[in-house]
Amino acid sequence: MSNWDWQVFCKDTATGDVLAGCMGSGQDISYLQWMLSAWGWTLSVALLALLVALVVGSVMGVLRTTPVKGLVFLGNAWTELFRNIPLLVQIFLWYHVLPALVPPLKGLPSFVLVVLALGLFTSARVAEQVKAGIQALPKGQRYAGLAMGLTLPQTYRYVLLPMAFRIVIPPLTSESMNIIKNSSVAFAVSIAELTMFAMQAQEETSRGIEIYLAVSVLYFVSAFTINRIAHFIEQRVQVPGMIGGGK
Amino acid sequence: MKTSLLVLAAAAATLALPAHADTLKKIKDSGSITLGARESSGALAFTLGDGKYAGFHTEMAQHIADDLKKQLGLAKLDVKYQVVTSQNRIPLVQNGTVDLECGSTTNNAARQKDVAFAMTTYVEEVRVATKANSGITSINQLNGKTVATTTGTTSVQTLRKHERATGIDFKEVFGKDHADSFLLLESGRADAFVMDGQILAGNISKSKSPADYKIVGEVLSVEPIACMLRKDDPAFKKAVDDSIKAMVKSGELAKLYDKWFMQPIPPSNTKVGLPLSEATKQAWANPNDKPMEDYAKK
Repeated sequence: MSNWDWQVFCKDTATGDVLAGCMGSGQDISYLQWMLSAWGWTLSVALLALLVALVVGSVMGVLRTTPVKGLVFLGNAWTELFRNIPLLVQIFLWYHVLPALVPPLKGLPSFVLVVLALGLFTSARVAEQVKAGIQALPKGQRYAGLAMGLTLPQTYRYVLLPMAFRIVIPPLTSESMNIIKNSSVAFAVSIAELTMFAMQAQEETSRGIEIYLAVSVLYFVSAFTINRIAHFIEQRVQVPGMIGGGK
Repeated sequence: MKTSLLVLAAAAATLALPAHADTLKKIKDSGSITLGARESSGALAFTLGDGKYAGFHTEMAQHIADDLKKQLGLAKLDVKYQVVTSQNRIPLVQNGTVDLECGSTTNNAARQKDVAFAMTTYVEEVRVATKANSGITSINQLNGKTVATTTGTTSVQTLRKHERATGIDFKEVFGKDHADSFLLLESGRADAFVMDGQILAGNISKSKSPADYKIVGEVLSVEPIACMLRKDDPAFKKAVDDSIKAMVKSGELAKLYDKWFMQPIPPSNTKVGLPLSEATKQAWANPNDKPMEDYAKK
């Protein structure tokens, strides 16, 4: 530990000179600034992909529990397609293969493709959890809703989903934390995020231990913040008498 | 009283141990040497699969191991390979997992703080590859274009320095490895691929239609490539350097160069086709372990 050199973060990324105050201006940027910008990319990719995953995943999860066979098939097919192909392979399919088949996709920046790839990959996992949440409810709830004269969408909206989502908050929390960590595959398609920063900066500075430690801390902080936010939401939406509520 | 004396003596003995590494003794005692192997460093060092490694520097390292065996008077020397990457090669040499790494490691001042280098045996020139029909002949024509390079290489920094120095504004894309970067050029996502000359030449020769690509423009950076070994081990460094010098003298090294850069090589039996450069000839004629920074000054 004695030969650790934390000054490396204050160095200029082109000249290697230590910058006063650790921050450069204009074209000169320090490794610290680069790392913060990389953190921004990681968070942007992860949060946007999480949004895609939650929306698409919820829809697909709901479809899989409807009485309509066609919709169930669609939801099941979607889930199996996206969770049976490795994430890195999916990223490459989105980046290299799809644009070759569908030329308009070529115009999309790689950032959008990565958000879609990561979001849809995770949507399959979210769909699985939402389905599990709905199936965990007693069948009587669905029947009661329909017997009250509610339509099927209304039954989902007012009876099933409010309960199901509360049940699946814990597994969805893990999934949201996973997406932060999974966003590291974005380096493979040239997104300047934390993992790419780590690989590149350690090569340039030969201070791999310091760089990887700092990057690990940022990943931990990001994932843990998601965890705390989810915990806060879980507490706030608790309803006494419902599953997990009123403890 | 006696025990405390013993403890003191033991402590003194520990302190008296030489601070520097003694790789020759380690090789002699264990009867084995561990060479660092690269999986895809162009014709310098690559894998054939099945734990077999080949390439200009890989074969040179095998010759060095042979010479070490003779020098140490060993009947048998077990040559082991440990695969290394750009990320782990320096720590693995430092902690003794790897004794000698002959791959595509650039000798630079930052690394010389952690490890030592044998004499330079290959001088790499960073160049630009483009599609032959792109009309690009110089880096200055890359304004507003997209340039590919590989994550975790010194070329990224070279490109950045060049961009700032000349005020040329191009968009950078990064492949995760050389094959990936070349794919970016091939598929039109990038207009140019900036990388070590031999890697560009190797990728072009292996592509579907080599005539579609060409290496153009000025040399962006000159990097001495050398075998890496532990720091503060002059006896081992001398043994390695002597072995290389003998190979230069006997013409063995030139033969190896011809074999790996001018003749068809496995696995695809294509030629890299990169004649011995003036800079590499100079390095062979005047053995030195000068870092990259000294080359830039010229």
